[in-house]
Amino acid sequence: MSLTYHLQIVNLLAALLLLISFAMLSQRRIVGLVTLFAWQGAALATSTAIVAWSTGQHHLYYSAALTLVLKVIAMPWFFYRLIKKLDVDRDVETMINIPTTMLIGIALVIFAFNLALPISQMAGTVMRSTLGIAMATVLLAFLMMITRSKAIPQVIGFLAMENGLFFAATSATYGMPLVVEMGVALDVLVGVFVLSIFFFQIRETFDSLDLKHMEKLKER
Amino acid sequence: MLELLPLDWAWAIVLYWLILAGTGLLMQSRPRLITGLVFPLGAVGALAISAVGLMGLIQPASHFILPIGLPDLPFHLRLDALSAFFLVLLGGAAFGVTIYAVGYLRGMERGSLALLAMWYHLFLAGMTMVLLADDAYAFMVAWEVMALSSYFLVTTDHDVPEIRRAGFLYLLIAHVGAVSLLLCFGVLQGGAVANASAYTFDYMRNAEMTPFWASAAFLLALFGFGAKAGLVPLHVWLPEAHPAAPSPVSALMSGVMLKTAIYGLLRVTFDLLNAQQGWWGTLALALGLITALYGVIFAAVQSDMKRLLAWSSIENIGIIIAGFGLALIFYADGKGALAALAMTALLYHSLNHAFFKGLLFVGTGTVLHATGARNLGRLGGLIRYLPWTAWLTLIGALSIAGLPPLNGFVSDWLLLQAFLLTPGLSQPYLNMVIPVAAATVALASALAAYVMVKFYGVIFLGQPREPGLVHARATKWPERFGMIWLASGCVLLGVFPTQVIGWISPAVLLLTGQSMVNDGNWLTLAPVDADRASYAPLVFLAVVLVVLLLTFIIVRKIYHGRVRRADPWDCGYPEQTARMQDSAEGFGQPVRQIFESFMRVERETPDPFDRKPQYRGDSRDRLWLLLYAPIARLTDWISDQAGRVQHGRIQWYLIYSFATLIFLLVFVTR
Repeated sequence: MSLTYHLQIVNLLAALLLLISFAMLSQRRIVGLVTLFAWQGAALATSTAIVAWSTGQHHLYYSAALTLVLKVIAMPWFFYRLIKKLDVDRDVETMINIPTTMLIGIALVIFAFNLALPISQMAGTVMRSTLGIAMATVLLAFLMMITRSKAIPQVIGFLAMENGLFFAATSATYGMPLVVEMGVALDVLVGVFVLSIFFFQIRETFDSLDLKHMEKLKER
Repeated sequence: MLELLPLDWAWAIVLYWLILAGTGLLMQSRPRLITGLVFPLGAVGALAISAVGLMGLIQPASHFILPIGLPDLPFHLRLDALSAFFLVLLGGAAFGVTIYAVGYLRGMERGSLALLAMWYHLFLAGMTMVLLADDAYAFMVAWEVMALSSYFLVTTDHDVPEIRRAGFLYLLIAHVGAVSLLLCFGVLQGGAVANASAYTFDYMRNAEMTPFWASAAFLLALFGFGAKAGLVPLHVWLPEAHPAAPSPVSALMSGVMLKTAIYGLLRVTFDLLNAQQGWWGTLALALGLITALYGVIFAAVQSDMKRLLAWSSIENIGIIIAGFGLALIFYADGKGALAALAMTALLYHSLNHAFFKGLLFVGTGTVLHATGARNLGRLGGLIRYLPWTAWLTLIGALSIAGLPPLNGFVSDWLLLQAFLLTPGLSQPYLNMVIPVAAATVALASALAAYVMVKFYGVIFLGQPREPGLVHARATKWPERFGMIWLASGCVLLGVFPTQVIGWISPAVLLLTGQSMVNDGNWLTLAPVDADRASYAPLVFLAVVLVVLLLTFIIVRKIYHGRVRRADPWDCGYPEQTARMQDSAEGFGQPVRQIFESFMRVERETPDPFDRKPQYRGDSRDRLWLLLYAPIARLTDWISDQAGRVQHGRIQWYLIYSFATLIFLLVFVTR
């Protein structure tokens, strides 16, 4: 009985995750984007913890803690500082207008659910029905990377994609082995550091973080 | 007591050259040691390898497995009569050229000298390994070592854009050829994937092949080795790369490296494939004849002396390949004795070409060093200032022109004898066509003589075309010695053909199953039948010398014996200047008129009021425009189209990966 109760909470959190993904697609301000990213991490951490508690998979507690520390506390704090330092908290103009992006997003969600159907039937986990949401999160994050022209939203999109992958791993197989997850977490951390160094370099070179200036770099 | 086989010596010398290559690089700060020690030691290696070759010709084939390479794929080495013959060729020509290089390279800039020393010895080692390899893997590794080291040798003066371009062209065609060879060995393996020893030549010798796949292997080999040898239409790199390289390198590339392609062709066709078909021979014959004629026509219209020699190399390769085709026709027809005759002729010609072309190339090197000019229009009258070079080059020029008693005549004559014996063939159609082929060979030889008259006459005879030429001063002793070695090779190969054919015969026996029948004695050479034709070079030489001597004595002693120095009769032109002489362009004019449809001529005619009129006529290879330019344009177009994918916008790149992801997801769920 309690299992279904937990499952309902996990499903609710999964729905929240998807909703936040859409919110990120439509958010114009970078600070808002970082806040949303933090909330997404929080939802992810909570759902992982609940899954860990309900199934007794203890290593998932560590994953949840890792997510909490890295994606809810460390990185958002880091991004807030970065934004203040770089002074880039302005409206972000998107490549495609936001309603169109949302429509494409809906199409992607339908595609993801369609895709996840045969896979989730094979998976033996309690939360297999959320696999579609996980995939949709990955695709939506990718879509966000495509539609934003500034560097920071792209990095946030990249991290949101990682969130989706994490969620997919949890829902399909109760997460990856802890060593792998630690490695991925470290990669993400290092990636963010390297990218933030790039931000400074890009701004120094082009006086802006707008990536369309990088078109000059192509041959001929 | 450990008994060392020739093969052991051979790969020990390869090792020795590799060590020399390393030493050369390390001695960057001691340029005198490089020319004074490394190159002479390299030359000793060359002499040793030709001695090994001579030993290998009389001893049975030996095998050796060198435990290097990939795990479970060791290098197989083998020295049989064919390899041994080409080792003699390599060592003999490389010795003279390397000794020459000792003198030629003195005073070169030290950094590039060290690199040159490394690549030079690596090149020698690579060529030797090509000859020794007994599996496809070792062969390809050695082949690539040879190609790459020669590429770096060609681009020694890499700060000149034209030389970089020539090097690139060479590298490109070498690699296209290498790919073809790789495919050829793949076909020869006959699809035996599971067999770990399928890459050895021993396995290929015994592999069963359908006629179709055998033909495919032959065509791939002809393409691959043809690209290296300079078979038309894959010859375009030769006239570019040879003038670009330093002269000793040109001499080695033209004299020896082109022969490794001939070696490979013989190895694959006669040794690895075991069911030869007659039409292969017809194809090779036709291509060879076209190459010979094409090469000699273009040689006749060149005005750069090294480019002229490069085209002449193409002509000689054409003649060798024609001989190869003829041998193949005879062999497939079951006429072993005639195949042996043609094979002897082609091997003999390869050996000759190594010596006389090496000699001519180093001769141009000396002229280049002494005058700084490569263009024939800036030379002339050098026989007075460079007498050694002039006389030694004369021997080379007479040899290549095919004049008895020098070596060029012997092989040309043997080849023509082989052509004239074709009425014995069982195919009436070939019987009709081959006399035409013989006529083509004769035409090519005659034009080659014409080319050599132009080459020699314009450089060494007449009056100097530039005032600075008077100060041209000759050569150091190593240069002279190298040239004397090559020139005496030309003379000896010409005067003792019977003995040379005796040495070659194990190789011929290996390839065709018979050795050439010499109906004459030690003095006269008479292929197949003494009643048909025979040639006694020693007698000929003796008669020539006696007649010369008699004439000299009669003129000097009996006639009147006085030497009177006076101005020659000036034919009514009291003013004779160097500009009135026949120029290189003028000499080539008749050939250009006749064969104008083969080439694209660019002329610059002078203005009538010009005080110092200059005429320039440049004949370009039309095949370049017809064949290579469209391929180059197509490649450019395709890469332009592919370049459109590159926007420089990260968003577009993300869309590419996104679309790929979606596509793969759809694909997986289907």
